[in-house]
Amino acid sequence: MAYPANYRYTKEHEWVDVNGDVATIGITDYAQHELGDVVFVELPKVGAKIEAAKTFGTVESVKAVSDIYAPASGEVVEANDVLHNTPEKINTDPHGAGWLIKVRLAKPAEVGSLMDATAYEAYLASQSKEASA
Amino acid sequence: MEFVTTPPITELRKTPLNAVHRRLRAKMVNFGGWDMPVEYPATGGLVREHQAVRSSVGIFDVSHMGDIRIRSGRTPGGALAAVQHLSMNDASRLAIGQAHYSAMLYPEGTFVDDVIVHRLGEDDYLLVINAGTREKDISWVRENTKSFDCVVEDLSDAYTQLAIQGPCAHDLLPKLTDANLAVIKNYWFTHGTVCGLRNTLVARTGYTGEDGFEIYVPSDDATSEMVWNKVMEAGRQFGIIPCGLGARNTLRLEAKMALYGHEISDKINVWEAGLDRYCKMEKGDFVGRVALERAKAAGLTRQLVGLEMVDRGIARDEYCCSNESGDVIGVVTSGSPSPTLSKNIALAYVPPAMTALGTPIYVQIRGQKCKAQVVATPFYKRSKKATMPQAAANV
Repeated sequence: MAYPANYRYTKEHEWVDVNGDVATIGITDYAQHELGDVVFVELPKVGAKIEAAKTFGTVESVKAVSDIYAPASGEVVEANDVLHNTPEKINTDPHGAGWLIKVRLAKPAEVGSLMDATAYEAYLASQSKEASA
Repeated sequence: MEFVTTPPITELRKTPLNAVHRRLRAKMVNFGGWDMPVEYPATGGLVREHQAVRSSVGIFDVSHMGDIRIRSGRTPGGALAAVQHLSMNDASRLAIGQAHYSAMLYPEGTFVDDVIVHRLGEDDYLLVINAGTREKDISWVRENTKSFDCVVEDLSDAYTQLAIQGPCAHDLLPKLTDANLAVIKNYWFTHGTVCGLRNTLVARTGYTGEDGFEIYVPSDDATSEMVWNKVMEAGRQFGIIPCGLGARNTLRLEAKMALYGHEISDKINVWEAGLDRYCKMEKGDFVGRVALERAKAAGLTRQLVGLEMVDRGIARDEYCCSNESGDVIGVVTSGSPSPTLSKNIALAYVPPAMTALGTPIYVQIRGQKCKAQVVATPFYKRSKKATMPQAAANV
């Protein structure tokens, strides 16, 4: 799966899609593949404040619980509640329909320091090299 | 997101099929110091592997488990006496060709390990033990059989153990063996030629709650791989897929089978774990018997129950259990989504007063009290088929 060129990416495998001062946040294709079939999602409520580098929710497979880290700070304006009944969207469309939350950014400049698609792909490549060393 | 990183591969032990799992691009994990496949994403992943075992057939590499053989010494009867001393079940009731579930206990009545005891011959027994307790168990057996006239052999590295599990297992295996599987009842075993390998142990045992077999073949890489490939080939018509430790865990949990370090451990006794029926106090003395008598007289302070989540949330291993007021009253030993039941289930230790079916128990999930209720176990039971096993067509 290609990584959208206009998204930004974190080392913890979250993506951010900024439109004005609202950012959509999700987890990457690499993350969903590592997790396996997603069976449960815990998202913050609308109005909740999230803080960059702190956890804001969890995504669970049968085997594991994974914390999701906020790529940037802000206030939750929408949560993808349809994921409660169809968590598998995170596996089938992690960069699209599997989005987790939309946030009004408190400090939009935070996103600028995240990796772009090319850097993220390079980061993934270096990770897998280390793992098989 | 954070992922558990796999430790450097050179530090983990490997089964003879390690290269096969890696070739199949299995997701590997450190299980008790072993580099093992947890699931195979290329052929479906955990949930599909679980479903394959429940509906048709799956294959597991369980070679990490251990094998201890206890044979008579110079005079007959020494091996049985040794097994009776070590094991809580009554080995004198085993016929040749029969196996049963048991456990070895510490003098405190708590668990060294659980074990399947097979009676191979007149005075000849095979104990199949857990991977994580291999060294501890062999030391325990050697230490505690010194005064018995028996020979103890650690055969753990001699065998590749494969589990072929699911309702189609008894259609698959006859294609590969001349052994008459039709007459092997549940928890019985035989020896036969399997994939051309003579005198191979084939046991109708397993850890999934489904019908199935476990076979023990020579552990060299070439033979192990040959047998794996032949089973996969023979299983193709049934839709066989390789299954990892992830599915192994969800399958055994649904069937309420204990996992060492979770439902049973060196801190839990037989009564608390609810394994009374495998503990034959009347057979005579065995290690742990005296403590068990005392524990029974003193009464239990905790008991293992099945839980089903009522609120949204997944109870997992080691999560705390509380009452309505929030006081911690127990702990989850194993918890997971159940692929077969589409519910979130768990096993937990709770006070005896809270074990009635329907009792609300609250599981602490990341600081939140989530309601569950006590339910009957096993959570899943396979349907009984026709009474007598049908005679299989000869290979």
